[in-house]
Amino acid sequence: MADLLFYVLGGVTLGTAALTVLSRNAVNSAMFFLLSLLATAGLFVLLDAYLLAVLLVLVYAGAVVALFLFIIMLLDMQGGVRPPFTRATIAAAVAATGLLTVGVLSFVKRAQLSAAPVSPDLPVVGATLKSYAAQLFTTYLLPVQVVGFLLLIAMLGVIVLSKRFEGLEDIK
Amino acid sequence: MTIGLNAYITLSVILFALGFLGVLLRKNTLVIYMCLELMLVASTLALVAFSRFHGMLDGNVFVFFILTVAAAEVAVGLAIIVALFRRRQTVQVDELNALRD
Repeated sequence: MADLLFYVLGGVTLGTAALTVLSRNAVNSAMFFLLSLLATAGLFVLLDAYLLAVLLVLVYAGAVVALFLFIIMLLDMQGGVRPPFTRATIAAAVAATGLLTVGVLSFVKRAQLSAAPVSPDLPVVGATLKSYAAQLFTTYLLPVQVVGFLLLIAMLGVIVLSKRFEGLEDIK
Repeated sequence: MTIGLNAYITLSVILFALGFLGVLLRKNTLVIYMCLELMLVASTLALVAFSRFHGMLDGNVFVFFILTVAAAEVAVGLAIIVALFRRRQTVQVDELNALRD
């Protein structure tokens, strides 16, 4: 049952990711991206990381995709000419992606990761919120504070960026 | 459950490669940005799989931080794209060539 779920969720993740890349319309891309994220959250559940699955749906599928859709709507990019891909672009992109895939996959193959399933005596550490809290507030206390500061900086950066600057020359 | 670590890592590599393909192929800045996020998600999948198969929590905690940084990054990146659109009236990469010549 869990095997079948892995194949279904993995297939949905890869298929919708491919459709994200290939759809011509940006809104369709965002929708397929959303589906891909939901399937990834399902894979997280299969890996017993329930909290991360919920966070992925809330933060990514909720906030990030909504933000993307909002910006697509705001910029109204549906009109205008969309030049087709040139043959050279497609060839270069596919060749580079193929090289990356083959390179990393051969690396993974040499690493000799076990094909065996999770051994049942291994503790399920990522399932409860308590274990995360114990790690986050002891070992990772400094990174938590740094990330909090990063969020503050990002907020200030967005406020500054969205200000309208008068008297700036246009770069053409 | 007979799925091993190998399968999860292979899935994450292919997902990462799809995001990479999108970054190289697409011309709309917003779609390129979405594909970047796809690559981040692929890396989080690998981290969660490693974490589960080794019985350690550290990978999951890293995913926590990746999610936070990705949220901040999306906010700033989209603000930059909106500022760019205001100035140049386009988000197509082909037309954003001020640095080319």
